[in-house]
Amino acid sequence: MADVIKKATRESYGEALAELGDKYDNLYVLDADLAAATKTGIFKKKFPDRFFDCGIAEANMMGVAAGLAATGKIPFASTFAMFASGRAFEIVRNSIGYPHLNVKIGATHAGISVGEDGATHQCNEDIALMRTIPGMTIINPADDVEARAAVAAAVEYVGPVYMRFGRLAVPVFNDKATYKFELGKGIKLREGKDISIIATGLMVNEALTAAEILAANGVDAEVINIHTIKPIDEQIICETAAKTGKVLTVEEHSIIGGLGSAVCDVLSKSCPTRVVKIGVNDEFGHSGPAVKLLEQFGLCADNIVKTAKAMTE
Amino acid sequence: MDKIRKQELKVLACRVRMGIIEGVHAAKSGHPGGSLSIADTLTYLYFEKMNVDPKDPDNEDRDRFVLSKGHTAPALYSTLAERGYFSTEELKSLRHIGAMLQGHPCITIPGVDMSSGSLGQGISAACGMALSSKLNARAGKHEYKVYTVLGDGEIEEGQVWEAAMFAAHYKLDNLVAIVDNNGLQIDGKIEDVMSPYPIVDKFKAFGWEVFEMNAHCFDSIEEAFAKADAVKGKPVAIIQKSVKGKGVSYMENNVSWHGAAPNDEQYEQAMSELNKQMACLADGCDDVKKGE
Repeated sequence: MADVIKKATRESYGEALAELGDKYDNLYVLDADLAAATKTGIFKKKFPDRFFDCGIAEANMMGVAAGLAATGKIPFASTFAMFASGRAFEIVRNSIGYPHLNVKIGATHAGISVGEDGATHQCNEDIALMRTIPGMTIINPADDVEARAAVAAAVEYVGPVYMRFGRLAVPVFNDKATYKFELGKGIKLREGKDISIIATGLMVNEALTAAEILAANGVDAEVINIHTIKPIDEQIICETAAKTGKVLTVEEHSIIGGLGSAVCDVLSKSCPTRVVKIGVNDEFGHSGPAVKLLEQFGLCADNIVKTAKAMTE
Repeated sequence: MDKIRKQELKVLACRVRMGIIEGVHAAKSGHPGGSLSIADTLTYLYFEKMNVDPKDPDNEDRDRFVLSKGHTAPALYSTLAERGYFSTEELKSLRHIGAMLQGHPCITIPGVDMSSGSLGQGISAACGMALSSKLNARAGKHEYKVYTVLGDGEIEEGQVWEAAMFAAHYKLDNLVAIVDNNGLQIDGKIEDVMSPYPIVDKFKAFGWEVFEMNAHCFDSIEEAFAKADAVKGKPVAIIQKSVKGKGVSYMENNVSWHGAAPNDEQYEQAMSELNKQMACLADGCDDVKKGE
């Protein structure tokens, strides 16, 4: 691929909010002293009267968002994934999830690709935590095109949505002109018959790269992008599993409770299939450049190729 | 308010207390102590103060109420039932399987503006509602008021002070937070468990206007809320001195009634005391002393 454009999905989030602000005059943005990092600062610049900084107080921010939603506004509550899903978990559960309020949570800096900040800020648990909240929708977009479409879909949907964005600039591989986002629907990016690679977030592009390398090695991999982890597209997962008989899940998240677990939940119920999970194993991350960390933790095309080959031998 | 209206409110508050006992007894669990301590305040808010209409419970311009100390749901439910949001018969199914009235307030119940119960969270939602009301006003729409009731033990939660900063920072003068200072929490006296005192000074330091009131005197309640209405540019905290278990002799100031239901015998005694208070009020007495 020549001239690949790279962009962090947090940037897409901020830009999408600023664009959508024109169309939806009841859209408001909250942040917890991280507007420069979460990129909600882009919205703030355009709509200063519709942006409210809550300071370093994520628990209260989620509650304020609940109050805004309970009175007809559409609030986007933004902070790092660690604080949105971790620190504020119980407020998200009780004040947003239980009353099923129309709050959109924009969680940036997810996963170990946060990089140098290290383990305290590398949230590999957010999908697992959010999955346990009844009625919570979880979206983990793969690139700029998908992230923007996801934010637009989240505004239209009525109910709580957790959106996961990254800090690292990643290749934009979806074609803006033809891309279509459907909440709760997986996307088959490559047809194959030997193995199914089911990926989410920034691992989708790695899965596509891996599939090309595998093809050159005589392994025909099917690649599925699951952007909506909850509610998950059971049909596309069962169909691909039935077709190839081998499933490899790839995610920048703990192998406990994330995409891999969600896929296993579907398959163990409807279509028992062998599943191998690539993700962050049961350990904390550490400091380092994002790309090096991704390689070290096996969240890269090379490890997908190696694992897929071992599964198809 | 005139004497007749005050007498009416006392009768209503007594009925609210009977509903609390009815509900908690039928549930065989729940929190009567802190429910009884806020019965007069809720009666005043729902029958005198707040712009609400049980026939139009979802009106966008209505005042909002969040029971941040959500475990005292029996007081809210009993008040809402008396106000006409649903039948008082519902109180007898409180906490029962399949019942509408959940152990803690749930937004799907008519008249309940916010689910609550996990302490410290309700005040944040109330801040969001007050901000929402300010945004409406900015767009030329009606600015409604938001009331929330917190426990004095509840304010030990850190989130309360995050919310306190937020409300002052955004000058939410349409927000009134009432702190029910009955002095007791589950493990004992609040000053022994984890003192939140001085409560008045704390809220003042966080940029709030603070008033104090006697939670069982409608003159005092009226005066405090009237003062709250006059405040501009800052949120208002009303610290109400109350008696936990107020109205039922054996529950008053007794922490063991924080989260316990009366048995049949205790239920009879409580209802008998409240009935005597009611009879006394019907005779025009203006100082009910536990129906003695």
